[in-house]
Order: sequence, then C-alpha cells, then structure tokens
Amino acid sequence: MSRIFKYAFIIFWTLFVLAPLSWALVTSFKTPAAVNQGATFIPWVQFDPTLDGWQDILGISGYANLIPNMINSMIITFFASLISVTLGGLAAYGLSRFRYGWKYYGNSDIIFFFIAQRILPPVVLAIPFFLLLKNLQLLDTHLGLILVLTSGLMPIVVWLMVDFFNQIPREIDEMAMLEGCNPFQAFRKAILPLSKPGIAISAIFAVIFGWNDLFFALVLTFTKVKTLPAAVVALNGTVTPFWTLAASAIFSILPLLGFVFVVERYLAKGGFSGAVR
Amino acid sequence: MSLELKDLGITDGTDMILEGITYTFEPGRVYVLMGRTSSGKTSLMRTIAGLLDFTEGDMYFNGEDFDVLPTWKRSTSMVYQQFINYPNRTVLGNVLFPLLRSGLSKEEAKSKALEMIDKVGLSNFVDRKPGQLSGGQQQRVAIARALIRNADILLLDEPLMNLDYKLREQLREDFRDLFTASKNSVTIYATTEPAEALLIGDELLVMHEGRVIQSGVPAEVFENPNSVAVAQIVNEPPMSVLTAEISNGTFSIGHRMKSQVPVHLVGVPDGEYQAGFRASELTIGSEGDMTEEGEVDVAEVAGSETLVYLNTPTGYTIVQEKGIHQYISGDKVGITIPPERAFLFDLSGNLVVAPGN
Repeated sequence: MSRIFKYAFIIFWTLFVLAPLSWALVTSFKTPAAVNQGATFIPWVQFDPTLDGWQDILGISGYANLIPNMINSMIITFFASLISVTLGGLAAYGLSRFRYGWKYYGNSDIIFFFIAQRILPPVVLAIPFFLLLKNLQLLDTHLGLILVLTSGLMPIVVWLMVDFFNQIPREIDEMAMLEGCNPFQAFRKAILPLSKPGIAISAIFAVIFGWNDLFFALVLTFTKVKTLPAAVVALNGTVTPFWTLAASAIFSILPLLGFVFVVERYLAKGGFSGAVR
Repeated sequence: MSLELKDLGITDGTDMILEGITYTFEPGRVYVLMGRTSSGKTSLMRTIAGLLDFTEGDMYFNGEDFDVLPTWKRSTSMVYQQFINYPNRTVLGNVLFPLLRSGLSKEEAKSKALEMIDKVGLSNFVDRKPGQLSGGQQQRVAIARALIRNADILLLDEPLMNLDYKLREQLREDFRDLFTASKNSVTIYATTEPAEALLIGDELLVMHEGRVIQSGVPAEVFENPNSVAVAQIVNEPPMSVLTAEISNGTFSIGHRMKSQVPVHLVGVPDGEYQAGFRASELTIGSEGDMTEEGEVDVAEVAGSETLVYLNTPTGYTIVQEKGIHQYISGDKVGITIPPERAFLFDLSGNLVVAPGN
C-alpha cells in the first residue's frame, strides 16, 4: 500500500513540476487567438500550432531578436561560473586542509563570512556596485557583470566545496605528497579527480544562479550587454504577448538543460568510494 | 644513509606527544615500533615523514638536517593502517603514480609497475580499481606503491591491523620476503602485536606515553623487559603483576603463597617487590607450592587456547590454557603459580631479575 502512495506522490509531483513547463512549451506554438481561447494543450487537436512566437524572438518577424542577448548571457555566465568554481574551489580546498585565522577567528568563521555575502539582499549592493563599476568604466560591459556575479557565486561554491573536500580523506593528500607531489600538485593530481561530483554540483549551482540573474543585469547593463533575462522582461509591453513570452521562456532554459544534461553524469559517481577502508 | 633522531620531542602545549627520542636507524634493517594505542608510534612515523612538525630536538638523514626538507622532497614511503589508495585509479595506475615523477619513460615505468604488482601477487587484478578489491588486496596495492620507489625510508603503520586474523598471518610471512628487496632502506614497522615484532623485526623499540622505554633485539627485549611497562606491552596477553616479597629465604606472593626462593632469585636482597608472570606459564589447577583460588571474571576462546581472566586475593590474573575449556563467570578455580618463572621488578617497576630461558 505504501508503495502505491509513493509512486502516486512521485507521479503527482512530476506532473506538478512539469506542468508549467509543458504549458509554456505548448503556448509558445499558439497564435494570439488560440491563447485567448483558454486552456488548450493538444496541438492539431485543440489548436493549430504555429511558429509565430519563435519567429518573434529569433529576429525573423522583426519583433525582437534574443540571440545576441543569449550570447551575452552565455559569455557572462560561463566566465562568472568558471572563475567562481576555480577560485572558490581553491579557497574551499585551503579552508578544508589548512588552519587559518587569528585568535578566535578561524576557518569556520571565514566560511561563514563567505556565506554571509549571500545573506545581503542584492538591492543593498546595487548602488555600491553601480558606483564601483562606473568609476572603473565597466558599466554595461561583460567584464563588469562577470565580476559582480562572481562575487555572488563564489560564496556558494566555497560553501559546497568545503564540505565536499572535508569528506575526502586527508591521507590521500599525504600519500600524494609522500610520493613527491607538492601541495598544489597533490590537489591537482590526487584530490581534483576525486572532486568531480562536487565540482559538478558547484558548477550547476553557479551556472543556474548566474544565468538567472535579473537584478544586477538590469542595474548594471543597458544596451550593449543586455542579458537574456533582462531582454525577456523588456518584451512585455502594453499587451502581454503570452505566446512570445512562452517562447522566450523555453528559449531561456534550453542552454541550462543542455549544461545540466552534460554535467549530470558526474553527479552519479561517488568519487572517492574505495579510497579508505 | 642512516636516520638519526636526537632528543626528538613534540608538545601540543600541555602534553608531550613525543619526548626525548634518541635513536639511529640504519638501512637494511627492519625496526619495529611496538606499543599500545596512543603510545606515539604513528606520531613518530608522521614526524619522520614530515607530516608532523617536531618542537624539540633534531633529526638527521645521512648526516644532514632532515627537518629542512618538506615531505615531498624526502625519499619516504608510507603504508597506512587504513588501506589508502587512489580510488579513481586502477591497480596499475596506483602503482604507476609514484613513478610518474621519477623521470622514467612510460614504458619503463609500466614495466617496473607490473613487476612489482606481480611480486605482491596481484597480476590478475591490474585493471581493477581499489573499490573492487578485498581488504588484503588493497593493502597489497598500498605496499606495492610504497616499495616501488625504493625510498630511503619505508614506514609501515600497523599495515595488518584492519585485516582478519588469517590474512594477517599470511601477510606477515610475505612481508619478510618483500622487505629483503629494501636493503638500502630504513624500514620502520609499527605494531601492537608481539608476534609480529618477533617475526618481522631486527630491532625492537618499545614505546610508551611518547617515549622509547626499551630497545634491542626482539627476543632479548622479550626475555628481559626492563620494566613492568615493557613487560606488559611485549606480552600478549599482558603479564600478571602481583605483589611479592623476599624474606629470610622465602619468596611469597601477595603475602599468601610461599615457597623457597627460586634459583634465579637467590642473591636478591630481602624486600618488597612486584612479580610478573606470563599467562602461558600460569596453570589452572592446584598442584605445586604456590596455589590459590580465584574467581573467573571472563573466559574467552582464542584459536586453540582459552584465556581465563581471574580475580584472586593477590590480584587480577590472566591464565592462557591450552585447548578449549568452558568457564562461566563466577566459577571458582585453582591457579598454580610457578615461582621459578617469576620476573622480579622493584616497586618502581624496574626489572631486578628475569627468569631466563
């Protein structure tokens, strides 16, 4: 009986999660008239599908072209995530393996300091970041937004990776050092290969948070480096074009789906099972 | 290429982890560090490996200050008691790893690795990962990895501890064969088991509370422990140490059992002492001059013998009986103590006389 309930709940939750996506996907292939008809889901049965919404966002109909915005988002997210995972991973390894601090302020306090960056509401940082980038002439530039996003993504990476590195036995580092590796080489050759699941998780979080950033994109970029979320928001005019917005929503998540699909295989493996018995 | 320790010590501010260790290790010999858990064996090994900093004394290798070298520049290999291997590499990959930095060509390195893998009996498992091997096989991989570099110092920290009894016995026999190849290495082996020390070691260092309390040829230390502490450590099960007295030609245990002063104690001045007896030399029964009744606390079967732990009026006593015997807690049994096998210690615990062979 409990098995039936479990499966019933899983099916229910799957439908609950997938329903908005499916609705958006279906809506992206509707005409304005079909959208206004009400809740219809089956193409060619309940409505005639069309590519109008997609043509609107891909610059074919002349309504909008989100491709440059997607490229901007990809560049910014890629570099912000890369820098965050690289620097954050190194910081996490240091915090896991070495003792820092002065008197009563130690490793756990440093880790908390990192996490505390995420507690601050973004709106508190808007003006400081704006002024900073303005003075550095980095407003409306890829580099400016990359730096700002990195400052927000790195704490997440540090937080995730410290815990992950703590689970890898220190004896493996020691072993690598005994076999001639200096600490950085031990990290690179012995620990990093075992950290793939942790890196994958951190990368997924960094990419998702970076890709979905709207606030800093709206505040710190204007025309040259408009990201995809900001461009999608701009699509909303006097009349809400649901079919176009639906197409832009699906368009927005496609790169993320591709990324997670590629990285997901690293999550399944317990990287260091069998290291120590 | 000797390793010399001079008054080596480590303190954590309040406690001495290691204290006053002075010893010279020569290549081509197997040195066994023996002691209870937390006696300092692992700390000493980790200090030699450079994984732990010492706070007092000096350490020299080949006459040069060893402390200035970081771990990765010391020619040191270590086998841990947990089976530490690179889990993402195959057996071949694990054994190859230490060679990759040695400047050998890939073909040469692979050939050497395969030779070593064959030596430890894992030729059929070269493509397996550690997670697919048994505990004994994993430890053999770790040993192969440690030996392949021909390091100047080879450290083995209770490598057999986490293996089952049969496998331990088998690998002990294999160890001597493996280590004859390490003629140019200083080999240091840590253990808590006297049997391993006697079988494997050329020299034995007994450690207690961070200090080396006796060193020498294993058989010599076993026959002449210089203190109660050493006697307890090198005997398994531990010696039973009882109060004793010599007075007017009479040797008494616990002021209860009396006999004539045995031959090896003749000439020892009258006074209060402690007498130690090996478990294998005490017997259940009441035949002889020195017998008393004891109450069984615990009896456990160990292989083909029975260890009987007894509360007696003279103290807590352990008897190692041949064969399998059934005892219930609370049983009253007689114990016979052979005075001619007494190890005599003074009240400070220092050896006065050993019974000899």
